[in-house]
Amino acid sequence: MDRFRMIFQYFQSNSESVMNGICGLLTLASIKMYTCIEFSCPCLPQYNMAYGLGIMFVPPIALFLCGLILNRQSLVMLEEWSRPQGRRKKDLAAIRYLCSSIMQRAMVAPAAWIIVTLLDGKCLICAFSSSMDPEKFVDFASASPVQVQQLLAKVPCKDEEFMRNNTSRKAVSRYLRCWSQALGWSILLILIIAAFLARWLRPCFNQAALLQAHHWSNYIDIEQKIFEETCCEHSRLFAHKCILHFFESMRQEIKLHSFSLPREGEGAEGEEDLLRGITDQDQVNKLLKMWYYEKPPLNVSKATQRHPLGRERSPLDTGLCWGSGGCSKHWHWATGRTH
Amino acid sequence: MDKFRMIFQFLQSNQESFMNGICGIMAFASTQIYSAFDFNCPCLPCYNLAYGLGILLVPPFILFLLGFVLNNNISMLAEEWRRPRGQRRKDPAVLRYMFCSMAQRAMIAPVVWVSVTLLDGKCITCAFCTSVPVETLGNTSHLGLSQGDMKRVLARIPCKEIYDGQELIANEVAVRYLRCISQALGWCFVLLMTMLAFLVRSLRPCFTQAAFLKSRYWSHYIDIERKLFDETCTEHARSFAKVCIQQFFEGMRTDLAAAHCHLPRKAPENAGEDTEKLLGITDWNTMNMALKSWHRCKPPLHLHPPALPSAPGLCCGGCQGRHYQICKTSFLLPRAQSWAALWVYTVLKLP
Repeated sequence: MDRFRMIFQYFQSNSESVMNGICGLLTLASIKMYTCIEFSCPCLPQYNMAYGLGIMFVPPIALFLCGLILNRQSLVMLEEWSRPQGRRKKDLAAIRYLCSSIMQRAMVAPAAWIIVTLLDGKCLICAFSSSMDPEKFVDFASASPVQVQQLLAKVPCKDEEFMRNNTSRKAVSRYLRCWSQALGWSILLILIIAAFLARWLRPCFNQAALLQAHHWSNYIDIEQKIFEETCCEHSRLFAHKCILHFFESMRQEIKLHSFSLPREGEGAEGEEDLLRGITDQDQVNKLLKMWYYEKPPLNVSKATQRHPLGRERSPLDTGLCWGSGGCSKHWHWATGRTH
Repeated sequence: MDKFRMIFQFLQSNQESFMNGICGIMAFASTQIYSAFDFNCPCLPCYNLAYGLGILLVPPFILFLLGFVLNNNISMLAEEWRRPRGQRRKDPAVLRYMFCSMAQRAMIAPVVWVSVTLLDGKCITCAFCTSVPVETLGNTSHLGLSQGDMKRVLARIPCKEIYDGQELIANEVAVRYLRCISQALGWCFVLLMTMLAFLVRSLRPCFTQAAFLKSRYWSHYIDIERKLFDETCTEHARSFAKVCIQQFFEGMRTDLAAAHCHLPRKAPENAGEDTEKLLGITDWNTMNMALKSWHRCKPPLHLHPPALPSAPGLCCGGCQGRHYQICKTSFLLPRAQSWAALWVYTVLKLP
């Protein structure tokens, strides 16, 4: 019992820790990706906005989806939501709780990406340099409208000859970076205040319902894990029995067909048990060949004896078989519930 | 049994974690291989496209195959697919489940390679530099170059040090343009793949959950059964070998005693366990003979019950122990049969 209790506590505490860990790793990965991928604004009037805003918004969507995919609880929630009601009512509060906790964790990495992008400033400079008012900048005020667009579009690219030491370019860059960083810090502040308020004020609103939802969402998660563990244990025992029956049936067949004297010596009886009556090369080869050519049927409820003619036995007996909903039925036998 | 149970639970619960780990390592390895790889665009009109697209598409294919090779379950799938039906039906749903889960894991490293390649931009720059829209980005008017010449000049865009078309189109402009297109393609590809993965993962519980549980259970079962069978065979082989070797030493002891015309050594009644374990071989010569016999004439893979009497007699060609007994039996039996037949004929005067 103690062992089970320890395992339960481990799962309970670790499910959320594991999810938090994955969330943190994804955030770090997003920051690392931003620094590794070389930002290269096309500096062309038609492409700048699309590129700048694309780099700001498309990766967060991909990171959000990744956050949902990597979170195990999203599968648990979907299963609970889509299952037929059967004999257990669905707890919508638990499902909502799971959904909100999944969404919160999945939003951290995209938010980190957007904030890092804004604080760096390159995306906004690339996207909005063409939208600046040229009148405010000396070098651009004197150019023709077509040229102005071209020049403004080239502002993000410092290595252009004309742009290298241009003061107006630097002015536009600084201006846009200032706005970008202000936006970045504001978003960060708003998000942190929102998180703070949500956590601080939560106990003031319906704490009992929250505790229940939290408990039952944990329960659904743990129940799922234990079901999988039980299925593993069951399939291990099933396989063990199946193989033992197979060896027994081989031993009986050998007894039927061989003319060897019955063993009288006291010998090594422990070893004899392990040998299971298979004591020479031909018998071993036959056993291995039989294992490949005729695997035993998936039925351990009756003693399996090989039919001499090798007639196929229908596996649709009682017990656990391929096609009749095997495992889930067994689960229902064990818990007294049926679907 | 508890030890086996713990090991199997570990393997089972960790089989998927283990495969996920391999998957992650391969994805990481693909990024490292890409960064270590020295990309060298040939900067020739006919070769750029082949080189660029080759680097983009051939390594992912190799990584995909490697993903299958490194997955232990591929042999399990092949075995289950090819085995004769015998007494157990085959379930195609289980085979499909096994194949899908392997294919999904094998696809991660190639997708990472393609994404990293596109986001870096060198491949697309190399492959499509001759297709840059020079009319919009550069000056075609006053140079008067033929198509062939223009392609030759444009092909050198990725190689800054030999690029000679600065009047035609600025190198930085072309590279930025191509890299922008490449990164846009890369991010679209990443978004598409994550969306696909998300849809596959989230729609499954809504539609086929019961069938999925069944397939998953039976695919795990096949895996566990295979491992347990291997364990049982290993146990059997160990016992087989132990009994075979014990019988070899017994046979050696008996034959030596017979050959030297003294009684087989009997351990005194108060002999310790160690004396028993010596199996009657207690001097240098005897041990050397045993070792030589083991090398020259290994016993056959046929364990016999210990109660069968062993009579002195023939010794075939330096062999000892069990083989001696088999030789003797196989020599004597046909002789005995022919003598018996002769006796019957003589006595009964059968035609």
